[in-house]
Amino acid sequence: MELFNFQTPSSVAELLIAKANTNAWLLAGGTDLIPQLKEGRRKADLVIDIKKIPAMNGISELEDGTLRIGAAVSATAIAQNVDAIRSYAALASSVALIGSRQVQNRATLGGNVCNAAPSADAIPALICYDAMAEIEGAEGKREILVEDLFTGPGRTQLNPTEVLISFLLPLQSERTAAAYQRFTPRREMDIAVAGVGSRISLDADGKIIAARVALASVGPTPLRAASAECVLMDESPSSQLFEEAGVAAAQDASPISDTRGSAEYRRHLVSVLCKRTLASATNELLQDTWT
Amino acid sequence: MSKEILECSVNGEQQSCLIDRRDTLLELLRTRLQLTGTKEGCGNGNCGSCTVIVDSQTVCSCLMFAVEAQDCEITTIEGVASVGELHRVQEALIKHGGTQCGFCTPGVVMSAVGLFAENPSPNESDIRLAIAGNICRCTGYEKIVKALMDVADPKGAD
Ligand SMILES: Cc1cc2nc3c(=O)[nH]c(=O)nc-3n(C[C@H](O)[C@H](O)[C@H](O)COP(=O)(O)OP(=O)(O)OC[C@H]3O[C@@H](n4cnc5c(N)ncnc54)[C@H](O)[C@@H]3O)c2cc1C
Ligand code: FES
Ligand code: FES
Repeated sequence: MELFNFQTPSSVAELLIAKANTNAWLLAGGTDLIPQLKEGRRKADLVIDIKKIPAMNGISELEDGTLRIGAAVSATAIAQNVDAIRSYAALASSVALIGSRQVQNRATLGGNVCNAAPSADAIPALICYDAMAEIEGAEGKREILVEDLFTGPGRTQLNPTEVLISFLLPLQSERTAAAYQRFTPRREMDIAVAGVGSRISLDADGKIIAARVALASVGPTPLRAASAECVLMDESPSSQLFEEAGVAAAQDASPISDTRGSAEYRRHLVSVLCKRTLASATNELLQDTWT
Repeated sequence: MSKEILECSVNGEQQSCLIDRRDTLLELLRTRLQLTGTKEGCGNGNCGSCTVIVDSQTVCSCLMFAVEAQDCEITTIEGVASVGELHRVQEALIKHGGTQCGFCTPGVVMSAVGLFAENPSPNESDIRLAIAGNICRCTGYEKIVKALMDVADPKGAD
C-alpha cells in the first residue's frame, strides 16, 4: 500500500476542505475501500475518516415525517432502528444481508451507495422508497434521487469535490409495503446473482396507485424496471398480475453472463424475485396469507 | 511522516503506540502488541478469523486501519477469559468438541461473545447468523452451533 495522509474531520465544512485535495478518498466503514487499497485497485494520497462528523451520523425523523439517515450510519444501526424497521422494512432487512455481522457493524449506507456496485444490496430498497441523496460540494448543496446517482459500475455522478451527507426517505402513504430479495448460492457472505426490490401502495379500494420495481446485479448500474411498474399501476394485486410484472421486469433487466450466472438465468431470477417480493409486500398489506 | 501515535485500550490495558497509518488493526495487534491469538486468514473480510470487539461491536480487524481505533476499547481473544477461568463460550466449545485445528476458534469465540452480550438467549438461527462470517474448515459447524446452543440454554435438551 502506498503512503497516505489521514484526517478525521469533525464537521462537513472541514471535510469539504479536505476533499478538495486531489486523490482524497472518504473512509466510512472501509469494507470496500480497505481491500481496494490493499490490493492496489485504488491509490490514495489522503484518506478522510468521516465517522466523527455529526451531520453524517444518526437517524432522525424530520418534521414532515421524512426519515433522515446519515451517510456514515452502519448497516447494524439501520437494521436495529425502530423507525427504519417500522416504516422502511425493506431497507432494514436489505442492509442485514450485507456480508456478515462483523461487516455490517462497519459497513455504512453511504459506502454501499457510493461504491456503486451493481450488486449493492441496499440500493434497490432506497430506490423503492424514492429516497433522495443529500450531496454537498464546492458548488454548494443539492438533492437528487438515489435512482439517478449511478453512471456505471463503481461510478456515480458525484463530482470530485462532492460528498454524500445523508439519505432522505419520504414518508410513505399509509397502505404501502416493500420487500427486497436476492438470490445467492450461499445464504450469507455472497454477492447477489440478481436482486429485486418492489414497493406497492394501495388506495382504499385496494388498487395499486404507486409501484416501484428496482433491480440489482442485472445491469451496469442498479436499474428501475419501468415496464414492470406500468403493468402494476391501477390494477388490483393478484398472482396473475405479479406473474406478468415479473415477465416485464425480466425484459427491463440488461444482465451479462459471467461466472455467477448467465444472462438468461439472471432474467429468470428477476422474474421470480419480482413475483416473490410483490407477494411479500402484498402479504404485509393484507395481513394474511396471500398466494 | 507516515507515523501516528495511537492511544487505545486493549484488553483493559491502556496502550500508546507509534503506528504506521497503513497498518490494519490486525497488524497492530499481532505484530506490535504480540497478541497473536487473533489470526489472519484471508485479509479481506471473508473468513472472520481476525474478529475482535471494538467498542462493543465485533469487527474484522483486517478491515480496519489501526488509526481508526483511536480512543477505542478493544477486546481480543486474549482478553476474554478472566484470570484462571475460561469464558462459558470457551468452556462449551471444549465440552462439545467445537474446535479442531483451532485456527478459526478465536474468531468464533469473539463472534459468540459479541452475540451473547447483545442477546443472552439466542435461538439456533440467531447463532448461525452470528457466526456466518466465521469460516471453519474443520468442524462442519454442527459442534460449534451445539456448543453455543448449550451456552444459550444450558438446561436445554440435547
Ligand atoms: C466480506 C464482505 C462481504 C460483503 N458482502 C456484501 C453484500 O452481501 N452486499 C453488499 O451490498 N455489499 C457487500 N460488501 C461490500 C461492502 O461491505 C458494502 O458495499 C458496504 O456498504 C460499504 O460501506 P463502507 O462504509 O464500508 O464503505 P467504504 O469502504 O468506507 O467506502 C466505499 C466507497 O464509497 C466512498 N464513500 C463512502 N462514504 C461516502 C460518502 N458519504 N460520500 C462520498 N463517498 C463516500 C469511499 O470513498 C469508497 O470509495 C461486502 C464486503 C465484504 C468485505
Ligand atoms: S483475515 Fe480478516 S476476515 Fe479473514
Ligand atoms: S477448527 Fe479448524 S478451521 Fe475451524
